[in-house]
Amino acid sequence: MKLRAKPLSRRATLQCMLGLTSIGMTAAPLLAGLSQAQAQTQDSPALRQIDMTAQRFKFTPEEIPLKAGERVVLAIKSLDFIHGMHIPDLGVRVDLLPGQITRIEIQPQHSGIIDFLCDNFCGGGHEDMHGRFIVSA
Amino acid sequence: MQRRDFLTLSALGGGAVFLSGLAGCAHGSGYASEGSFYFVQLSDTHWGYKGPANPDAGVTLRKAVAAVNALPEQPDFIFFTGDLTHTTDDPDERRRRLTEFKSIIGDLKVRNIRLIPGEHDASLDRGTAYKEFFGDTYYTFDHKGIHFIALDNVSDPGGLVDEEQLAWLKADLAKLDKQAPIVVLTHRPLFDLVPKWDWATRNGADVMAALMPYQNVTVFYGHIHQEHHHMTAHIPHHSAKSLIFPLPAPGSQDKRTPLPWDAAHPYQGLGFREVDAEAASHTFKATEFPVVASS
Repeated sequence: MKLRAKPLSRRATLQCMLGLTSIGMTAAPLLAGLSQAQAQTQDSPALRQIDMTAQRFKFTPEEIPLKAGERVVLAIKSLDFIHGMHIPDLGVRVDLLPGQITRIEIQPQHSGIIDFLCDNFCGGGHEDMHGRFIVSA
Repeated sequence: MQRRDFLTLSALGGGAVFLSGLAGCAHGSGYASEGSFYFVQLSDTHWGYKGPANPDAGVTLRKAVAAVNALPEQPDFIFFTGDLTHTTDDPDERRRRLTEFKSIIGDLKVRNIRLIPGEHDASLDRGTAYKEFFGDTYYTFDHKGIHFIALDNVSDPGGLVDEEQLAWLKADLAKLDKQAPIVVLTHRPLFDLVPKWDWATRNGADVMAALMPYQNVTVFYGHIHQEHHHMTAHIPHHSAKSLIFPLPAPGSQDKRTPLPWDAAHPYQGLGFREVDAEAASHTFKATEFPVVASS
């Protein structure tokens, strides 16, 4: 299975810490508090946003259907802890700071199951905090 | 009967296995010979756990202590590779569990006991309570020609070796000969065993890169609640069974849920490990033992 995503860099993590989008931003708009990429995201009718929450010890939704080749933005809000969002098959991971929305763009190329999990130990149910994308052709 | 013969006969949990080095070198070398010794690895005791995966959780650790004490020759030291206690949000309860754990292992005959935390012990308070009871979360010691490095890849809730510790590790390694026999003890695997189950260390590749120039390194770890063996180039990694409940084989199912308790075979899949060590040949031989002491 060949998958593609935009992995998050240290810069992206910083963006998340500042409560801004993690999609393709540059330093200049970040400092200005205005994201060109964010505007592009909003203008693009093809880019679907999927709202998610992370709360001990559950992602909501846990199962997310996607179409192969579809670009989507995950907009994840942590409600109680610095959870992690790790999608090993896509090489994506980021911290989810409480009270902020972290955006991650992914684009699975082929059908199949892609697992995601919280990878910041968050307590007694941490091992149960995971989910999956169900990618159809 | 020599000790090694006894081990072969009594290891009901799976027998003796050479883990690294030149296996033939260890045969015929008596236990009492210079540079030869053995230690015991215990892991993932999860004291305080209550759940269906082990309805006997309140006595399992004590049975393990009794099993170790029943060994005909006592090890030079005992090493606990983390998750001593089951996690809790309550700091007072965490300390109560650590107090009880420390009291129970106080019944071990061997007084040379060394430990590292697991994420259940240390991740929620970055090791604060653990340090109150057991001191540093990472350290080194030398024993009969082998350099032991205990690493902490759990006090950061992200499951990594932080930059300060990584610098400390590199400084320690820099003092060693590239042929020096080195044993690394850690809780989480230092390689990507099953990332979707969080069976990895986030920056394990950095740790392995630091270790890679050294030709005689062996890693022992816990976390995955089962025996497992893996090679990263010339460096072997060996995980230990737990003392609370077994977990499924790596990646064998969607979820890393504990294997169900089998009332007909209580303690199945649990156990501890002896490691025979020969510094001169850098040979390690593991013998797996069940929880219940053999008669």
